[in-house]
Amino acid sequence: MMEEDTKEYRVQAIKEGTVIDHIPKGKALKACEVLNLNKEIGSITVGINFKSKKYGSKDFIKIEDKELSQIDVNKLALLAPEASVNIIKDYKVIKKTKVDIPEIIINIVKCPNPNCITNHEDGLKTKFILINKQPLKLGCNYCEITIKDEEIILR
Amino acid sequence: MKHIISIKDFSKDEILNVLNIAAEFESNKHEDLLKNKILSTLFYEPSTRTRLSFESAMKQLGGNVVGFADPKASSVSKGESLSDTIRIVEGYADIIVIRHFVEGAARLAAEVSSKPVINAGDGSNQHPTQTFLDLYTILKCKGTLEDINIGFVGDLKYGRTVHSLVHALSLFKANMFFISPESLGMPPNQLEELDELGTSYQVSEKLSSFLKDLDILYVTRIQKERFPEAMDYNRVKDIYKIDRSILNSSKPELRIMHPLPRVGEIDPELDNSEQAIYFDQAKNGVVVRKALLSLLLGAV
Repeated sequence: MMEEDTKEYRVQAIKEGTVIDHIPKGKALKACEVLNLNKEIGSITVGINFKSKKYGSKDFIKIEDKELSQIDVNKLALLAPEASVNIIKDYKVIKKTKVDIPEIIINIVKCPNPNCITNHEDGLKTKFILINKQPLKLGCNYCEITIKDEEIILR
Repeated sequence: MKHIISIKDFSKDEILNVLNIAAEFESNKHEDLLKNKILSTLFYEPSTRTRLSFESAMKQLGGNVVGFADPKASSVSKGESLSDTIRIVEGYADIIVIRHFVEGAARLAAEVSSKPVINAGDGSNQHPTQTFLDLYTILKCKGTLEDINIGFVGDLKYGRTVHSLVHALSLFKANMFFISPESLGMPPNQLEELDELGTSYQVSEKLSSFLKDLDILYVTRIQKERFPEAMDYNRVKDIYKIDRSILNSSKPELRIMHPLPRVGEIDPELDNSEQAIYFDQAKNGVVVRKALLSLLLGAV
């Protein structure tokens, strides 16, 4: 893909909403699922496998008329730790944040231990503690199991 | 200290504080210390030593005990959630001891309860009061927890007792020796944790490799229920038989521990030897649990 193409899609900015950029290649659709975007009323644009100077290639999502909440951003931090979230007002980026994995992750990750209380007690929210960011390692607050990047399943 | 859920919640100083209080209970009976206090024991899984030693500790301090040892006889069998059971029981008791077959159950109970909760074993996760009594036993016979050479032999893969004790002793810079068949070795995540803590350890399938260096030999049962195939169990069940012959190549100061029950991994002919301290270890459960109950109830 040509550099000009990248510029072009950036020019086609949305008026109000959120642009999630620098999603790892191939993870945009999963990000939509995690963010439950199929229930949104506004238009959504998904870009897959675009050229990125920084990462070689990337995905992105533009969500019109919606600002992502903190909990949504947290969900994204586990799927796409390098993603940036841009809040758009009147075609301008008014806030640009790098997603950051929180120290405590509530009800986002599923505990893979079938004998963990979070998989037995109805309505109990999962709670994971961030042990290490790079490589990513989380610990279940309840059963104390530790999980690494590839073992992380989002709820 | 509000609850006792995991040994990982305790610093070295907090552990030593508990052990000092336990030592105090060894010399003073404090018969009325917990008078009019009620302990509720919720045992969703069978237990003899842990449950009886908690009950004995509470009664020796003048307190009372209510609870169940068989969930079939409680409303649990009607499908009540753990959270609801805890909310009911906290209205009946001053402190709760829970053993549950699901990992993390005690942590949830502590979150729900306004009364102190003690974990008496949650699935294959934690059994912190066993760890405290193991540490107390080592401290009592060695005079220190620092820099000891301890060998763990048997099933190191599934034993929560070993994992918790290993974590606690790593705070005291113990040198550890893990002896097991490869199929029952320490789980990689446990070894990774020891690496992160900078703990010195060695791994072998042969007990003879390390025997001469050991101050403590911690023996565990190879659990038959962990093996889907009887043949696999039979292959390893008698692989480490601890008998008098080991005394020929170990230090005279070696002490042998076992969380019990045993099923043949230690020859009874060792029971009366100076080296065998596993029955003392079980007995120490009472003073350690007295200390923990009193601490959580603000009596010491």
